[in-house]
Amino acid sequence: MRFMMFMLPNISEDDWMPSVEAVEAMTKYNEELTKAGVLLALDGLHPSTEGVRVSFPGGKPTVTDGPFSEAKEVVGGYWLIEVKSKDEAVEWAKRAPCADGPVIEVRQIFEMDEFPPEVQKAGGR
Amino acid sequence: MTEPTPGRDAPAVEAARGAIDAVWRIESARVIAGLSRYVGDVGMGEDLAHDALAAALEQWPKSGVPDNPGAWLMTVGKRRAVDMLRRRSVLERKHEELGRQIELRSEELSGPELDDSDDDFGDDLLRLIFVACHPVLATDARVALTLRLLGSLTTDEIARAYLVRESTVAQRIVRAKRTLAEAKVPFEVPEGADRTARLASVLEVLYLIFNEGYSATAGDDWMRPALCEDALRLGRVLAELLPDEPEVHGLVALMEIQASRARARVGPSGAPILLLDQDRGRWDHLLIRRGMAALDRADKLGRGFGPYALQAAIAACHAAALTAAETDWVRIAALYDALAQLAPSPVVELNRAVAYSMAFGPDVGLDLVDALVGEPALNSYHLLPSVRGDLLEKLGRFDEAGWEFERAAGLTRNSREGTLLLERAAASRSRHQRSGPT
Repeated sequence: MRFMMFMLPNISEDDWMPSVEAVEAMTKYNEELTKAGVLLALDGLHPSTEGVRVSFPGGKPTVTDGPFSEAKEVVGGYWLIEVKSKDEAVEWAKRAPCADGPVIEVRQIFEMDEFPPEVQKAGGR
Repeated sequence: MTEPTPGRDAPAVEAARGAIDAVWRIESARVIAGLSRYVGDVGMGEDLAHDALAAALEQWPKSGVPDNPGAWLMTVGKRRAVDMLRRRSVLERKHEELGRQIELRSEELSGPELDDSDDDFGDDLLRLIFVACHPVLATDARVALTLRLLGSLTTDEIARAYLVRESTVAQRIVRAKRTLAEAKVPFEVPEGADRTARLASVLEVLYLIFNEGYSATAGDDWMRPALCEDALRLGRVLAELLPDEPEVHGLVALMEIQASRARARVGPSGAPILLLDQDRGRWDHLLIRRGMAALDRADKLGRGFGPYALQAAIAACHAAALTAAETDWVRIAALYDALAQLAPSPVVELNRAVAYSMAFGPDVGLDLVDALVGEPALNSYHLLPSVRGDLLEKLGRFDEAGWEFERAAGLTRNSREGTLLLERAAASRSRHQRSGPT
């Protein structure tokens, strides 16, 4: 099963660029995931100040410039991993090189066969 | 890490159990590998690792999971090893050699708790893979031992995946370990020419596991797809351990691209859907990208493509085509030419014929297929008459096509495929009757 691990750095966006040490530690962690054969993809995101939100009040798309939420809710990046259980995903999340502050949110990815038949059909099945 | 659990209430123990299972899944292969090197025997290494796991199951629910659970398991395993060797030497005082060994290892153990670097872990893991796939073992023993020592499946799960009894798998594993011990197979990665042959065995085992899972259809036990996942994961692990081996990347590329089609290859009723009829929107494009990247790694090593990389390159041609009609059959035909040179087999020859028919016309393909009729290895291979029937049909020779589809239906072991072939036979027959004898 696949899980998305969202990294919520929980820092001011002025400090968004990580230090050399932080990048080194994170690279080592990413290598561990790779060596274990569980990492499918990962990316880091630009801060939300450079992002926009598109909402649809009254059905009309409306664009709002960032920053758009509290620091602790801003996603800084993600890992996409393939593991055998939720416990295993959690165990990998626990091994991330983080100090006090950041939060990693672990979410399972839907597979098509988890949906009821009529939804699968609508999804092109 | 996990908070220590106050008291010993059942949910807390249950939660710890889940965490320990997860740690075991992540660490077990490395712990087994490290301990196998330590005692020089894979069977003993695995037993010690399980002793360490038992200790963890007893202690961690109370104390919490330690900060470095892998190192904890290794240290406990090493202590058990020393205890075990000591007990043995009491029994066999004559074995002075062994006594000296223990002294040595005790010293080693009393040093820094765990100084094994990541590199050592990697080397041990590679040794374990090579030993589990040792040619001294029969193929099914290699497969069972690899899954047991390196995979993430329990013996029960392996048994279910292979549709055999748990005791059968357990026996295979016990016998395999005994065979390795009796043959005194050293715990090391072979060098030179031996290494090439042994690596071929490792890749073969991984691909066998993958195919066992891949050949399953939707109605089968859910464990079978887990075989694909495990083979793919082990392939990815191997690619990091042996980054300079093009065929490792070739095999990974092949498995990634084949796995990308898993969702598209079975219809809602469980009937298989042929590659060219699949809904390409259902292919897993993440896996396709990973497969292409792996193939690129093989290519960049600049030593040409081996059989796995060639098959991956063929799979990549299909993956790169947005529609079946856009498939680059001329390139696929050329890749099959290369494959037929490197790894000649009647099945490759048959696939080459199909590629030629798609690239240059059914008559060209039929000539190649006709050369295979009477090939003993293909006597009971349903795809030979099935392909021949397909080409005859395209050439308007419906009567002959009908016969071939019927023959193919009689040979296939897949009932859904058999039904499909009989339908095609009937369709050919009725077209023959309509068009009159040719």
